[in-house]
Amino acid sequence: MTTEYKSHISSQFNAELEDVRQRVLAMGGLVEQQLVDATRALMELDADLSDQVINNDDKVDQLEIMIDEECSRILARRQPTASDLRLVYAVIKTITDLERIGDEAQKVAMMARELASQERLREHMMETQHLSRQVSQMVRDALDAFARMDAESALAVVREDVVIDREYESLMRQCITYMMEEPRTIRRVMDLIWCVRALERIGDHAKNIAEYVIYFVKGKDVRHSTLEEKEREVHRQ
Amino acid sequence: MTGVQNKTPLTHGIDIDSMKREQSGESLLNQKAALEVDNLNLYYGPKQALNSISMKIPEKRVTAFIGPSGCGKSTLLRCFNRMNDLVEGCRIEGQIRLNGKNIFDRDVDVAMLRRRVGMVFQKANPFPKSIYENVAYGLRLGGISKKSVLDDTVEWALRGAALWDEVKDRLDDSALGLSGGQQQRLVIARSIAIQPEVILLDEPCSALDPISTLKVEELINELKNQYTIVIVTHNMQQAARVSDYTAFMYIGDLIELSTTDQLFTKPAKKQTEDYITGRYG
Repeated sequence: MTTEYKSHISSQFNAELEDVRQRVLAMGGLVEQQLVDATRALMELDADLSDQVINNDDKVDQLEIMIDEECSRILARRQPTASDLRLVYAVIKTITDLERIGDEAQKVAMMARELASQERLREHMMETQHLSRQVSQMVRDALDAFARMDAESALAVVREDVVIDREYESLMRQCITYMMEEPRTIRRVMDLIWCVRALERIGDHAKNIAEYVIYFVKGKDVRHSTLEEKEREVHRQ
Repeated sequence: MTGVQNKTPLTHGIDIDSMKREQSGESLLNQKAALEVDNLNLYYGPKQALNSISMKIPEKRVTAFIGPSGCGKSTLLRCFNRMNDLVEGCRIEGQIRLNGKNIFDRDVDVAMLRRRVGMVFQKANPFPKSIYENVAYGLRLGGISKKSVLDDTVEWALRGAALWDEVKDRLDDSALGLSGGQQQRLVIARSIAIQPEVILLDEPCSALDPISTLKVEELINELKNQYTIVIVTHNMQQAARVSDYTAFMYIGDLIELSTTDQLFTKPAKKQTEDYITGRYG
């Protein structure tokens, strides 16, 4: 699938589509790095790294605007159809979710800066670290599925989200228990909850990106359908 | 009081199911067919130009034929009013039924058939007569000579072809003095004046500027309430804009016929995909 969009009679059109795809991958790479830095800032309570993440978010926003512009230019000038149209459509949707992942990463960084100025909460950081690793992996997998336009690996990303949601539930329960046991930690645990929440949301955005990949490959909008329905759609010949 | 009581909030009136139905477009299967092509083979001498084509053209809808040059789309279009009868060495097998009646039957009057199935060509071909006479010509041939009837029909046809306002003050001027776009709309007026059932358009806009093209497209959109329209076009975007159904043909074969929405977003066949995205060859 990956090489097919390069086979237009118009080499300029090929170049434009390739260009926009590369930019999405570059934006994805940046967002992924932001997420990794934000969670490291959270684990190590590193205020400097937090600031860096917060400042970098502007780059993500700029990329979103640039790619959006590029897509509307392609729509206006090339009137893409069929898989080309679905590619442009998938790109427009994907960058919205990437930008939101960037925002959530920025939120985590802000909380990390906040927590850095308070007394430490070591024991909770461990579980959060586990969740953040899983979420980062999921974002990477979603981008990988996008890069290869592979519906099968996109489906795997959708499955990962189920695990993330379960993890999120159990972390929430732990946080609540901890707050009940030690009311004086409520403020800090609340900050942590915001981070956990942000990570869970990032998982949802990664899942969305995977759904756009399935849309591109299969031509079927699988948003808001069950996992079983998605599996059926991906495996339909 | 009752007015207030009955007023439900707008949001409660949203009917998702009917919205979905509207958006998904009507399937071909539920459509009444104006023309049915049944296993049609056409040969120019020894060369076969159409290979067992079977399709249904839905009534009061716009159906577009697209495909590369030489794929047989104009040939197929010309079969619908038996224009190929005039081509030497042309042999046709199979049937085309217009409202159930095979147009190739012996008892079919070809002149009558062409009154029911009108045609507009790539290059506007007005007669070297006045604007008025161009539109009235078919009516006079049909035996209508009453001035008031002619006047009314000419105005109705010119209005129908969105040309009335531009020519109403110079109906007696020569039609050849009109611009290309106006001439093409005049020819369309001439064809609707005799109230055909089907209008065939063979590349009606290929010689027109973009604005005239849009006017003709707007006209097609209005005419489809009353007529079945079949259009052959090289311009894929035009097919996407004006048609309800699109047929993709390739070297004498009908590859795919589906709703235009479906064909341009998610074609079923790889060949269609390659052609509409500019990858064929």
